[in-house]
Amino acid sequence: MSKLSGLGGRLYRGETSVNFIGHRRRWYMISSIFILLSIGALSVQGLHLGIEFKGGSSFTVTTTSPSVTDARAAVEEAGVTSEAIVQLVGDNKVRVQTGSLEQAQNNAVQDALAAKFSVSASTIDTQIIGPSWGKEITRKALYGLFGFLLVVMIYLAMALEPKMAVSAIVAVIHDVFITVGIYALVGFDVTPATIIGFLTILGYSLYDTVVVFDKVRENTKSITSSSTKTYSQAVNLAVNQTIVRSTNTSIVALLPVAAILFVGAGLLGAGTLKDLSLALFIGLLVGTYSSIFIAPPVLAQLREKEPAMQALAKRVHARGGVSVPASTTAVAAVSGRGPRNQPKRKGRK
Amino acid sequence: MSTTNKPIKTTSRPARTLAILGLVLVAMVSLVFIQGATSVRLGLDLRGGTSVTLQPRIAPGDEGKVTSEAIDQAVSIIRQRVNSLGVAESEVAAQGSGTNRQIVISVPGDTGRRVVDLVGQTAELRFRQVLASASGIPAAADAAATPAAGVSAEVNAKFAALDCTKPENLQGTGVDAPTDTLVACDRVGATKYILAPAEVLGRQISKASAGLDTQAGSAWYVSLTFNNEGTSAFGALTSRVTSLPEPTNQVAIVLDGLVVSSPRITEAIPSGNAQITGSFTQLEAQDLANVLKYGALPLAFDRGEVQQVSPTLGADQLNAGLLAGGLGLLLVVIFTLLYYRALGFVTVGSLTIAGLMLYVLFLLMGEWIGFTLTLAGIAGAIVAIGVTADSFIVYFERVRDEMREGRSLRTAAETGWVRARRTILVADFVSMIAAVLLYVFSVGGVRGFAFTLGLTTIIDLIVIFWFTKPALVLVSRSKFFNSGHPLSGFSSKSLGMSVAKEA
Repeated sequence: MSKLSGLGGRLYRGETSVNFIGHRRRWYMISSIFILLSIGALSVQGLHLGIEFKGGSSFTVTTTSPSVTDARAAVEEAGVTSEAIVQLVGDNKVRVQTGSLEQAQNNAVQDALAAKFSVSASTIDTQIIGPSWGKEITRKALYGLFGFLLVVMIYLAMALEPKMAVSAIVAVIHDVFITVGIYALVGFDVTPATIIGFLTILGYSLYDTVVVFDKVRENTKSITSSSTKTYSQAVNLAVNQTIVRSTNTSIVALLPVAAILFVGAGLLGAGTLKDLSLALFIGLLVGTYSSIFIAPPVLAQLREKEPAMQALAKRVHARGGVSVPASTTAVAAVSGRGPRNQPKRKGRK
Repeated sequence: MSTTNKPIKTTSRPARTLAILGLVLVAMVSLVFIQGATSVRLGLDLRGGTSVTLQPRIAPGDEGKVTSEAIDQAVSIIRQRVNSLGVAESEVAAQGSGTNRQIVISVPGDTGRRVVDLVGQTAELRFRQVLASASGIPAAADAAATPAAGVSAEVNAKFAALDCTKPENLQGTGVDAPTDTLVACDRVGATKYILAPAEVLGRQISKASAGLDTQAGSAWYVSLTFNNEGTSAFGALTSRVTSLPEPTNQVAIVLDGLVVSSPRITEAIPSGNAQITGSFTQLEAQDLANVLKYGALPLAFDRGEVQQVSPTLGADQLNAGLLAGGLGLLLVVIFTLLYYRALGFVTVGSLTIAGLMLYVLFLLMGEWIGFTLTLAGIAGAIVAIGVTADSFIVYFERVRDEMREGRSLRTAAETGWVRARRTILVADFVSMIAAVLLYVFSVGGVRGFAFTLGLTTIIDLIVIFWFTKPALVLVSRSKFFNSGHPLSGFSSKSLGMSVAKEA
């Protein structure tokens, strides 16, 4: 731990520096591969939507002797001909999922299951989703997503900088894509709880990005008045300075989510807790990645296009400073001049 | 703790802030006892029960019918029906806004299916003369048959095609216009009918009750009393059909577009009383009587979502949620203690206060606005542990940064705060936007998640401003922390300062 803390100090002063910005092509490449995989998985396999989106019925029987065959037989006895998914949940539950049924059929399935497993019909946990319900949920989720992106972009543009807002949103969209892709690839069930998880990740992913960008803003406040660092270098320093913080906040955010996932998947088998925490868990990992490897390089690229920043880069070059980390060499941009030559940051009173 | 007398240039008075926070907490806790809100109201998914979400069914051309007034009216009728079950703490409420509203019904306990049937029923009762009847299975012969008197060829063709063995024709759609000639199935799908326009309507009923006919082998029936208008209409209908040939001497009792029974009328009934028989069970008869008593819903509804959770599963979910919360909290505490050493205790203290405030708010909001804690809500609270701890980390790391610039802990606790505050405010505001939008754009149980997330974000701000920061400033004046004790989390080693000196 203290090793990590010590690293924090070296990173802070720029003695140890990872060239996040200079190697942006590499990160972009990695992300592009993932996004392409996601698009591929989405178009080939699609998402495995839960009954909440398709409409249908789900019956869970808690019994000392759960059996898939018995449950299947009961469903057939109830006269349900459409395909039913029967699975064991934990070691004392069996779950039957069917397509949309009429109310009378729902009751029939419930009764048949109750009779087959000799339990009271009222102890069977049932969820029935009307066929048009899913559309409603999907519509609301999409509204929520776009509303969120829009409001956050406006807010960040005001609170930070417009180009920071753009970069942050690029990172968020990147996160959503990859998370959805992982869901399509692995075939996890997508339920309303998953969607809530997705939407929450957006807030989280932004939290990390905001921390990094706030530091960037501080480091670059009066950057054009000196010729010590290019914008990209300043961003890189900010990322290095905040990386310990980002790692810590991510670990601390992941720990409770991992606890929910462990308990939800391990003890309950399936349901709200598992769906929610799985989406959060995957999303948090992706979000941490993007707040370090995607959002800052995108920001640097956007800002380096500005004439003022290009002029700055020229001045820095002329002074013989470290080359703009645009090269693809793997050499870390360690200044090698020791900490005392570290450019003085403006002190605060 | 030794506080120094040396004048530090600081405007904050940490001890006073902490004292105020302590007073606020004491006030909140006493409010809990004054209000008598000593237990958190649990949602149905945590204690077992049935929840039904109804969506207004909009028939083509009927878009204008779904008004706010109609929904409100439906809510009050459904509430009366649910209350007739006599289950305490049942709830009926409209969610959403404008015409895009849903009605959410939650009934604790294991009334299950009865609730589902009871609340979704439109309960539009009509009395119609039977014009023709046949076996419920479609037959080619029917189409060829001459239409009965007063029946158009179009209706006759519809009648011939109607297949009462199909479940979708036994749904009770409740969309029959009273002035139309109707083709309908009976409830079990055995017989189909052509029915004349309605002559007596459900709203002309003044009383309804369930009764047991002991003579006819204990069959349950529903007896009706009409109002004046209904009495004369029913009298006229029955006296007209008595002398007519089969099957036109039958009067069909149609509920939501399905024929409940079609008794043969042998004599005029001017008394204004009628009975509906139809092989009911006791519960069915009682529920039908209740439904008729409180009147038909102004709109037809679809059951969007039905969720039945048994008390066993509810208890399991509650335990799992609490276990996950405890585990998550423990992990975070271990991590912060390992990483921040003694400083971690400030984090633990902050989390404790945040937890206490959240619990108290759950109690109070349950009392004030009927807040119920659902599984999703518990998940939101657990996730919030992370968000809350994130703020501390942002602050602490800032303080360490300041110290790396050569400031003393005492100064760094103040200067670091100025910088961290901004970051925390921006980040928490983004969290808040997420929570509000999630709340607005989600339906049902998941709203609980958004609500808790929003609530905890606010608590996070209160705790970091009023507890974490003053607490850190206080401990920064102590010798243990200020001297950079190896366990303080601010030692030069853990800051990486010694490395710098050697370099």
